[in-house]
Amino acid sequence: MRRTPNYNLILGCTLTAATVSVIILGFFWTPYEPDAMSIAERSVSPCAAHLLGTDNFGRDILSRVMQGAGTTLEIAFLAVSIGATCGTLIGGLTGYFGGIADEIIMRVNDAVTAFPSVLLALVAVAITGGGKTNLIIVLGILFIPSFARVVRGEFAKQRNMDYVKNAKLMGVTNLRIMFVHILPNIAPVLLSSIAIGFNNAVLAEASMSFLGVGVGPTESASLGRMLLDAEAYLFSAPWQALSAGFAITILILGFALISDGMGYRPTWRPVAKRRRKADA
Amino acid sequence: MLDIKNLKVSFNDGRKGIAVSGIDLHMEAGDTLGLVGESGSGKTVTALTVAGLLQKDRATVEGEVMFEGKDLLKCTVDEMRLLQGKDIGVIFQEPMTSLDPLMRIGRQIEETVKVHCKFSAEERRRMALEVMRLVGLPEPDVTYKKYPHQLSGGQRQRAMIASAFITHPKLLILDEPTTALDVTIQAQILELLKKLNEKCGVSLLFISHDLRVVRRVCKKVAVMYHGEIVEQGDTDQVFNNPQHEYTKRLVEAVTTRRRANV
Amino acid sequence: MRYVLKKACVFVATLLVISVFVFLAFQIIPGDPTTRMLGTQATPEKVEALREELGLNAPPVLRYFRWLKGFVTGDFGMSYSYNMPVNELLSGKLGITAALTVLSFIMVVLISFPLGILLARFAHSLTDRLFMLFNQIVMSIPPFFVGIIFTYIFGLVLKLFTPGEFIHHADDSAGFWGYLFFPALAIALPKSAMVVKILRSSMVSQLQEDYVRTAFSRGNSHWRVLRMHVLRNAIIPVVTFLAVTLVDIFAASIIIEQVFAIPGLGRLLLGSITGRDLPVVQTIIMIIAVIVITVNFIADISYKYIDPRIRFR
Repeated sequence: MRRTPNYNLILGCTLTAATVSVIILGFFWTPYEPDAMSIAERSVSPCAAHLLGTDNFGRDILSRVMQGAGTTLEIAFLAVSIGATCGTLIGGLTGYFGGIADEIIMRVNDAVTAFPSVLLALVAVAITGGGKTNLIIVLGILFIPSFARVVRGEFAKQRNMDYVKNAKLMGVTNLRIMFVHILPNIAPVLLSSIAIGFNNAVLAEASMSFLGVGVGPTESASLGRMLLDAEAYLFSAPWQALSAGFAITILILGFALISDGMGYRPTWRPVAKRRRKADA
Repeated sequence: MLDIKNLKVSFNDGRKGIAVSGIDLHMEAGDTLGLVGESGSGKTVTALTVAGLLQKDRATVEGEVMFEGKDLLKCTVDEMRLLQGKDIGVIFQEPMTSLDPLMRIGRQIEETVKVHCKFSAEERRRMALEVMRLVGLPEPDVTYKKYPHQLSGGQRQRAMIASAFITHPKLLILDEPTTALDVTIQAQILELLKKLNEKCGVSLLFISHDLRVVRRVCKKVAVMYHGEIVEQGDTDQVFNNPQHEYTKRLVEAVTTRRRANV
Repeated sequence: MRYVLKKACVFVATLLVISVFVFLAFQIIPGDPTTRMLGTQATPEKVEALREELGLNAPPVLRYFRWLKGFVTGDFGMSYSYNMPVNELLSGKLGITAALTVLSFIMVVLISFPLGILLARFAHSLTDRLFMLFNQIVMSIPPFFVGIIFTYIFGLVLKLFTPGEFIHHADDSAGFWGYLFFPALAIALPKSAMVVKILRSSMVSQLQEDYVRTAFSRGNSHWRVLRMHVLRNAIIPVVTFLAVTLVDIFAASIIIEQVFAIPGLGRLLLGSITGRDLPVVQTIIMIIAVIVITVNFIADISYKYIDPRIRFR
């Protein structure tokens, strides 16, 4: 094997670190008050005073992008936290113990993951209603199956390793084996899934808010919402839409590069893959 | 016919450094030459170089490989292609993975003809069936339509031989052709190769780590060690009276193992 | 054949399970449909009469089977907000979304296959590396943002089409497809990037296989090896991935319809969600479920048929 530096990982981490720094900065300081309107400065094109211009209410777009990206990332972070925690628990238990519960949960998983997450989120929001909190919960729940699948597969693999058998012989409890012995071993896979989870969460939030069923107009700015609002002024003030859109793209790109660098490969068909493993 | 002079091969990616350091080999038409050595001794690299299958961006090759008066190392990719399959056939170690799993056996055997000559599909089929019969594949009509995974290891290796032999090449390069097979199948394949050499006059460059296998087929043998040829000559002579220390050990290993088996 | 039969059973069972979920999900939604149809000022007698008429007083199990029977026979119930049968509302809209999806899918195949093969041919070269980075960027742009960029560039600046003025197929067939071109491309670009990546990596990994060396040893040209051997083997995982892509494209077209003001299934779904027109939402969701499960079913079957190692076992 030739050792080449992992450009994707380096690039992804740099990009994400940079955007996250800007976002964190945005929590404490923005060039202007994100919600401060100014009739005199409506729809100003990008200039020295307003690097990304202003919108139709005269609000500074850079400040709003910083704040909006913060909201988007916050939603993504909470949704992924819910998904990863519950997914790891469910996947760990089913993968470690196996049995009929494992079969059933995985069947449900397969059925759920066959649907694009944006569609499922739409359906869920149709039932629960929109808004930031609902969106976080809905996305969090929707992410559980994909995490559960990954973790389950890894646990099922690790379960038969010698170090696990050793630990069992030494009388270590199952729970301790699972979380003290196995979990650190699957960390790389889990981290890669978390990165791709962020990728999907940002995309889902942006899509939902763009469709007007995510973050509401009265709540804090979010990138998808900004894109929706900016669409009406596309001809007169394209910089509004472009700023929000590129901010989304950069966020997604950062996470995509990280997960790619970590060796995440989109699975072709998890169902068939699992069966083949069982045949072998 | 084949004349290798001072062949040097080294890898660019810093994997192993020098793989072959200045070897000379000579083969006449109809010759059977065994190239023996342990893994990593450079024998496979030599074979791949002659067959023109070494990836050019990965390795640096120096020296001369004269085949029928043409220096293969100076050939362009397209010139080399005209020889590959037509005059030089190659058979690899793993019959399991060396055939395309999605292509029917018959079509794989014919492919060599299809690439090089303008025959009709009907003629190609006839040639394929004929060579399949020659290499001893059962029921050529049926096997023609089968996929590789439906054949046994020995049959697959026969199919490989058929695909390499259908154009009646002048030189067959065999890279450990029997290593992956059972002992009885191994013997059958060796007999087949011998037959092809004796009846059809094809030259064999036989690569193996196993001195006994080489002895059954080849009249001449060259022993490779760390990228160099340490000894070459008639097989019987080398086998009965090894000169080099490494050859002695090699012969010894074979004979003691045989004694232990008995 | 037994495999297909087994898969078909699972297919039907999955559909049934999902129909139960969809039905239940819409039972727990707060709010009575009668309030929506009659307003809050209606008399209790009127409400009761309507409940009886709509069959809302029957036990849930019975209502489920009624609903399922209706769905199978194409009777989707009445829309609350339009006060017309849902299937009349749907007719035509489904076709538009299907046209958009299929057009986009064809674009994905036409864009990604040549590119993927070309990149695999020159894998690890500088061009390949640079393009793969570019590819990753394209992959990261959400389709609706591509749509907005297209609207701006091709619609507003270059005036190749008029955003918002959808042309119906009945009025002008060429205009219809012309209008769908940019939305379809907006969906296709990021998806193509994804397929390019997968096809390329699948081909690159196949290139390491022994049979490729055999093919070269027969004197095949590089292109012929790629076309006759590598592509055929590399395509197996890609075909099944294309099924996933088809479903993704379908989901993306629902969003892209918003950007380009295309009166398809997505607009109807969204309008019904915000208007809480539940029978419409329920029907569309069920239709989407049927489509998704069917595509996956077909992918599962074709996956087995494309590979002789599995076909002849």
